[in-house]
Amino acid sequence: MSDPTFHLELQEHEKTFLDSNELIINMGPQHPATHGVLRVILKLDGEKVLGTECVIGYLHRGVEKIAEHRTYTMFNPYVDRMDYVAAVSNGLGYCESVEKLLNVEAPPRAKYIRVILAELNRLASHMLWLGTHALDIGAITPLFYTFRDREEILKIFEKYCGARLTTHAFRIGGCLYETYEGFEREVKKFLEFVTPKIGEYEELLTTNRIWVERTKGVGTISAKDCVALGVTGPVLRASGVKWDIRKAQPYAAYGDFDFEIPIGQSGDTYDRYIVRMEEMRQSLRIIAQAIDRIPEGPIMAKVPKVIKPPLGEIYHSIEAPKGELGYFIVSDGSTQPYRVRVRPPSFVNLQALDLMVRDQLVADVIAVIGTLDIVLGEVDR
Amino acid sequence: MVEYIKSYLGSSTTPGQAGNVFWASVYILLIFLGLSVAVIAMNWLERKILAHMQVRLGPMRVGPHGLLQPIADAIKLLIKEDIMPSQADGFVFWVAPIVVVITAFTVFIVVPFGPTHAVTDMNIGVLFMLGVSSLSVLGIVMAGWASNSHYPLMGALRSSAQMVSYEIAMGLAVVSAVLMTSLNATGTGTLSMIGIVQSQQAQQVWFAFKFFPLGLIAFFVFAVAMVAETNRAPFDLPEAESELTAGFHTEYSGFRWSLFFLAEYSAMIAVSSIAVTLWLGGWLRPFPHLLSGSTWDLVFSLLPGATFLLLGLMAFVGVFRMPKHPYFRVQTIGLAGFGVILGLIGLLLFLPPVRDRIQDIFWFSAKVAFFMYLYIWYRGTFPRYRFDQLMKVGWKVLLPVGIGVLILTAVAGVLL
Repeated sequence: MSDPTFHLELQEHEKTFLDSNELIINMGPQHPATHGVLRVILKLDGEKVLGTECVIGYLHRGVEKIAEHRTYTMFNPYVDRMDYVAAVSNGLGYCESVEKLLNVEAPPRAKYIRVILAELNRLASHMLWLGTHALDIGAITPLFYTFRDREEILKIFEKYCGARLTTHAFRIGGCLYETYEGFEREVKKFLEFVTPKIGEYEELLTTNRIWVERTKGVGTISAKDCVALGVTGPVLRASGVKWDIRKAQPYAAYGDFDFEIPIGQSGDTYDRYIVRMEEMRQSLRIIAQAIDRIPEGPIMAKVPKVIKPPLGEIYHSIEAPKGELGYFIVSDGSTQPYRVRVRPPSFVNLQALDLMVRDQLVADVIAVIGTLDIVLGEVDR
Repeated sequence: MVEYIKSYLGSSTTPGQAGNVFWASVYILLIFLGLSVAVIAMNWLERKILAHMQVRLGPMRVGPHGLLQPIADAIKLLIKEDIMPSQADGFVFWVAPIVVVITAFTVFIVVPFGPTHAVTDMNIGVLFMLGVSSLSVLGIVMAGWASNSHYPLMGALRSSAQMVSYEIAMGLAVVSAVLMTSLNATGTGTLSMIGIVQSQQAQQVWFAFKFFPLGLIAFFVFAVAMVAETNRAPFDLPEAESELTAGFHTEYSGFRWSLFFLAEYSAMIAVSSIAVTLWLGGWLRPFPHLLSGSTWDLVFSLLPGATFLLLGLMAFVGVFRMPKHPYFRVQTIGLAGFGVILGLIGLLLFLPPVRDRIQDIFWFSAKVAFFMYLYIWYRGTFPRYRFDQLMKVGWKVLLPVGIGVLILTAVAGVLL
C-alpha cells in the first residue's frame, strides 16, 4: 500500500497571504457514507476538496488466490461474495466463462432462467443503490421504500435456491434447480407490484428541488475521461456512451429481447440517477419478455462430473449492475484453474472518484461515492 | 395557604412582573419539567411518526408501542461511559454542552403560554428571545473547537456560518411582525411577547394573515429560517450524519451528548413558540371573533378535554389490537393503564375551573405541536442542502424577501 501521507501540494495561485494549511482528513474506513470500509483521504481547503486518495484493501479476502486452490465447481460460491448485492450476476459471469472454456453451452431454458434472475438482481442492486445514495444525500425515506420492495426480489431468490443474498443460483453448464411451482406467476405478480413503485421513488426525488440541486452538475465526468479510465456501466452511459455488453456482445439469452439502453448527456450525478432509474424499467421489460417466452426443456448441459477444461485461457465479461464484470481464467488442463483474474466494475469505477470530486465540496464527495455505486467486497475481493 | 393560591390565581400579571419570587420559581420549575416531558414525548413521537412515514413500526419493544423507549434511552445515556478525548481542551469541552442547554432553557422565561402564564413579561421580550437563542451557537463552536478533531471542527464552522446568516432573515421577519403591532388604536408598537399576542387579539387577526400575502410571506421566511437556525433537516449540515459522522458532537457521549440532544429539542420548541406567538396568535383560540358567543366559548373550552379523551380512546383501540398471547399481557395492561390516565386527564380538563385556566396553554401547545410535526415531516421528506446552496438560500432568497416584506409592511401600515 502506498504511503497514505499526501503528496499533493498547494498550487502557487491557491496560496494566500494568510499562512494557511490545507486540512487533511480521513473519511473512513469507519464512516457512515463510504458504503463499507473505503478510506478516502481528503485534502481540503475549508470545504473545497483539493484532492483525494482512496485507500482500499480493508475487505481483502484473496478471492482470486483462493481460486487457485479450488476446483472450478468449488470456486463457484466464492464469486458470490465479491459483489454481494448482485451475487447472481457474479455467478452468471463465472459460469459462462467456464462454459466458454469448456466449449459447452447452457440449454435455452437455463439461459432464460439466468436472464430472469440476473435482471431481478439488477433491480435489487439498483434499489439498494437508490436507497443508500438518497440516504447519503440526506433523504432518509426512500431507503425504506426500496428495501421493502427489494425484499420481494429476495423472497423469489430464496424460493428458487434457498439463499437470499449469496445465492449460488447457477452451476457450470446451466442451472441446478428447476423453477419452483408458480415461479412465473410470482415473478409476474412482482412485476405488477414493482412498476408503480419505481414511479413512487421518482416522485420523491426526480423533481425535488433540493435533490436536483444536490445532484445536477455534481461529479461530472466526460465520456473521454470515462473511456480513458475504463469506467463502465451506468456511469459510462450517463456520460453519453452507448455501451452495454448485453447489446454489444450479447451473452446468455439477451440477444432475444427487445430493450433500450438509456443514456445521459452531461455525465453528472443527476444523469446517473436518471439512467439507473430507466435501467430499472428496462429490466422489468426484459423480465416480462423472458417470462412470456421461457422455453421448455432441460436446464443442464452435458458437463463432465469432473470439470477439466483444456489448456487455454478465456476472457468473458457480462454487464453486471455496476458495469463490466469480466473473468479472465487460465487453465493448465487440471481440475483447478491456474489463475482467475476478476475485472470488477466497482474497482475500476472507483478510480474516477478523484477526477470527479476535485474542486467540489465535501458533501459532493459523499454524493459521488454514492453515485459510483461501489461495493467494497468487489473492490477489495 | 389556600387563600394565597386563590389570590394568585385571580391576579392578572405574570409573577415576574408582580415581583413574586415564589411563584416565579414555581413557574420556572413547571416549565423545566414540562419541557423535559415534552422533549421525551417528542423523542418518542419523532421516532414513531418517522417510522410510520417509512413503512416501519419504530420502537415496539420497551413498553406498549415503545412508550417507555425514551426513558430506557435516557437511562442508557446516563449510565454510559463519558468519554473525553485525551487531546481535547477539558474545560471548554465540559462547558460547551452546559452553555447550549442553558441558552435553550433560558429562552422560555419570556414565552407566554397564556396572558398570565409566563415567568415574566419583558418589554424587550422578542429581542431577549432572539438574543439568547442565538447564543447557543457559541456553545456549538466551543464543542467543535474543544473536541480537537476534524469532523467536529467542520461541523462547528458550518453551524456558526449557518446560524449567523439565517439570524438576519429571521430578524427581518420578526421586525415586520413587530411593525404590525403598532397598528393598534393607541398606535404604539411593542416587543413584549404578551403585548404582541394582545395586539393580535385587539386587531382581530393573526399576523400571519395580516395584509394578506405580506404576513404569510414573512411567516414563511421565519418558518424556513427557524428550521435552519435549529440545524434540523433539510438544513442539518452541522450534524450531517452521512458527511461529518455527527458534526460538532461527534466526540461527545453519554450524559454530555444527551445535553446536546435536550438542547436541540428545546431549541426547536423555543423557536416554534416564537413563531406561534408572532404569527399564529399565541394562546388565542382559533376564530375568537368569527365564532364568538357563549356557546362557541363552551365548545372550544371542551376541546382540550376532548382531545385527551380521544387520545385515551386511541390507546384503548390499541389495547384491542394487541396480540392476545400471554407474552403481551403486561404490555396490554400497561397500554390500558396509559389510556386510563389520558382519559382521566381529559375528564379533569372538563372541570369548569380547570377548563378555563388550561385553555390558553392548550391552544399554545397545540400550535407548537403543529410545528413539531412539521419538523418531523421535513426530516422524512427532504434531502439535505449543500453548504454553498444553504448560504445561497439564506443570503440571496430569504434576506431580500425579508427586506422586501419589511418595507411593504411598513408602506401598507402607513397607507391602510
